[in-house]
Amino acid sequence: MTTAAFLCLLVLAIAGYVWNRQAASAIRSGGARLHSLENFHGFYSLLMVLVPILVLILLWLVLQGPVVDALLKAGISEHLEGLGTGAVQLIVAEIKSISRGAVFGTPDQWKYDAADRYLTLNSRAEMLLFALVLVLSLALMFVSRRKVDAEFRARHGVERIVSGLMIFCSVVAIFVTIGIIASLMFETFRFFDKVPFTEFLFGTNWEPQIPMREDQVAAKGAFGWLPVMLGTLVITVIAMGIAVPVGLMSAIYLNEFAPKWVRSIAKPFLEILAGVPTVVYGFFAILVVAPAIRTFGQNIGLDVSPNTALAAGGVMGIMLIPFISSFADDALSAVPQSLRDGALGLGATRAEMMTNVLFPAAIPGIVGGILLAVSRAIGETMIVVMAAGLIAKMTINPLDSVTTVTVQIVTLLIGDTSFDNPKTLAAFALGMMLFIVTLVINVFALRIVRKYREAYD
Amino acid sequence: MTDISATPRSSISSSGNALMKKRNLHQKILQGLGIAAISFAALMLFILISSLVSTGSKAFYQTHMQLEVFIDPEQISADNLQRGKFDDVLRDSLQEYFPDVEDRADLRKLESILSSGARFSLRDRVQADPGLIGQTVTVIVPTSDDYDQLAKGMVDRDSPANQRKLSDRQIGWFDTLNEAGVITQPINWALLTNADSRFPELAGLKGALVGSFWALLVCFLISFPLGIGAALYLEEFAPKNKWSDIIEVNINNLAAVPSIVFGLLALAVFLGWFGMPRSAPLVGGMTLALMTMPTIIIATRAALKAVPPSIREAALGVGASKHQVVFGHVLPLAMPGILTGTIIGLAQALGETAPLLLIGMNAFITSAPGSPLDSATALPTQIFIWADSPERGFVSRTSAAILVLLTFLIAMNAIAIYLRSKFERKW
Repeated sequence: MTTAAFLCLLVLAIAGYVWNRQAASAIRSGGARLHSLENFHGFYSLLMVLVPILVLILLWLVLQGPVVDALLKAGISEHLEGLGTGAVQLIVAEIKSISRGAVFGTPDQWKYDAADRYLTLNSRAEMLLFALVLVLSLALMFVSRRKVDAEFRARHGVERIVSGLMIFCSVVAIFVTIGIIASLMFETFRFFDKVPFTEFLFGTNWEPQIPMREDQVAAKGAFGWLPVMLGTLVITVIAMGIAVPVGLMSAIYLNEFAPKWVRSIAKPFLEILAGVPTVVYGFFAILVVAPAIRTFGQNIGLDVSPNTALAAGGVMGIMLIPFISSFADDALSAVPQSLRDGALGLGATRAEMMTNVLFPAAIPGIVGGILLAVSRAIGETMIVVMAAGLIAKMTINPLDSVTTVTVQIVTLLIGDTSFDNPKTLAAFALGMMLFIVTLVINVFALRIVRKYREAYD
Repeated sequence: MTDISATPRSSISSSGNALMKKRNLHQKILQGLGIAAISFAALMLFILISSLVSTGSKAFYQTHMQLEVFIDPEQISADNLQRGKFDDVLRDSLQEYFPDVEDRADLRKLESILSSGARFSLRDRVQADPGLIGQTVTVIVPTSDDYDQLAKGMVDRDSPANQRKLSDRQIGWFDTLNEAGVITQPINWALLTNADSRFPELAGLKGALVGSFWALLVCFLISFPLGIGAALYLEEFAPKNKWSDIIEVNINNLAAVPSIVFGLLALAVFLGWFGMPRSAPLVGGMTLALMTMPTIIIATRAALKAVPPSIREAALGVGASKHQVVFGHVLPLAMPGILTGTIIGLAQALGETAPLLLIGMNAFITSAPGSPLDSATALPTQIFIWADSPERGFVSRTSAAILVLLTFLIAMNAIAIYLRSKFERKW
């Protein structure tokens, strides 16, 4: 039925276009001079119908589910009295599965009735939507048809609508940011209702396994994020320890010393390395790198954990090599030719020119690139989810297994969507911290990169 | 650039000569380090690709068994195919090669040579053509994972028996079958035509491919118009003021937000507040669209900037309105650049995993989704699921799935490069 509504809208919008266009043509062949071309009269009708009705359909689709659920719950309120949110959700889910024909066990009669009601409500909502779309589209079509006139400024109308649409598109980006902040803040505040802020910020114990039953003694739940943050730092430091020297050295070589053919081969190589999805790097870490490090460690008598931070961090470093190398390459290329010529003219070797003139001049851009890489390493998820550990320890031993903020977010949220216990809400608090940290680094880094570029332009 | 070391030697004193040597050595060291760095990156890429190819290539063919099966009307009746004893029928035909195996436990072990999906494929075949009942048909069925690994040489026959999954006797059975010419290793099309399964020998990528297709389609339908609209406004129409500055900084920052944060947003807003279905490619596509949009905006703005102002001035000069200039001339000229950026953005979205995990696209689903609202996995999440599975067979399947994913990514990037070289103009 929704598809039918979309089709109906599309057909009517095109019909409106043709109708208005013909009307405009008729006026012109009648000898009058039109303000706007016939096409604009057509597009005016098309947009007048399409835009508002499309908004209506999308809003309807978003709201239909919650509204129908609320009506359903209101209809069976006498059975839901005194139940917790979890129990109510279960009952609603059961009724929905009954309505799809999947019956488990022998539900009460009122559940069958509710399932019927649910189906009727849904089909009624869809019928109503279709009828509304039909009536409103026709109405808008007639309104725009009546406006066709030699004097009517259809082009201005069309351009106003299109400008409005474009402004809407640019504001979506702002809405996304607001959405991120709002959703994270909302759940984070709920988390701090249950867990004190200071415990989260300064606690050194992270054991998010909360008791499922009242009498369970094994798990107590502790939410101090310091060990998680420390693990993230350990892995980031390892990653940067590989990515920064390798990335910088390859950028310096490619920028100044490499023959053309090496450059033409190495650049695509690095681009391939940059385009590999992170889940592939994660698999690479558990398939090749971690066993290799472990075997090596055993041979020289070291005790290496199977989820060693070295594997996750090392592979992350490989992932970041092209990132740093391309930023450093850009920064080096942005240094004006006059500085190179000046240094060479004074008798410096090319290496001296690079280390004493180009590199210091490019430092701000390079630092900006490195900072962006750090923020990527902190926010990188798949490599650490697959290759790093799950248990938070206060350790900086790279051979040990550590966990990271992103790993905790994923493990806390996989397969669990009830937003009323500290375990799931903790993931949002961690997400909030992650967002803040990366945002600060990004803003700082982008500012450095930009300011520096302007200085030489 | 001139080579400094080529300065005339005669003008340099002997101490200067030594200094010069030192300086040249310094240059050689720097160059050596650069070459070492590049070789390291290349080596890592080589190890990555070669380890994937060497493990993944094994999943592109699959050990099958060709059996003559008599479909016994006593075991299988046309009225009640669901209850038909297809496994017994298959076992009987297998037993013909081993008349000496009679013990019940041994028979069960013998039967385990076949994949547990074999009886279903036989059932489907009989269901399609009930006339087969009472006849002898030739069926080609996959063997179970342990024997598949054996056939591919992944089992060390010399290792102590308690360290392998198969006993000497089971290996002997397999060798007998192999000598009888029953074992074949055809190309494993099931990898692309089957959906996920608990049994590695049956698991395929169809569900993930279809799920990824839907998610990418939704992502494209949302991010492409939104991205172009925003870029057009910011580049061509927006007044230069505080608001457009805020929007611009905002978009640049959005492009650098960790992907998992988008997953949290989708989980809280799309699933939590709007009550959209879990694991649906629609929600996955919407989430990916939010991440792809900044990429498309940035690429579109670059493409619009590259169109020379003379084109705009010429169109304005002959009386076109600002909108007519942009939509009639600038946008079409910038289109190749925009499409290139869009394809690259979509390729990134195809490989994105973390936000899809949070909205539940890592569920175990054994059928391909019929619409964007059905539960599904995507290619990268399927890789994640298989990488987590303990069965040996899934290691090579994971690598194979990665190779499939990389093939798609390379194809998309190749299209983007082709578009860029074919249509991009230099003014």
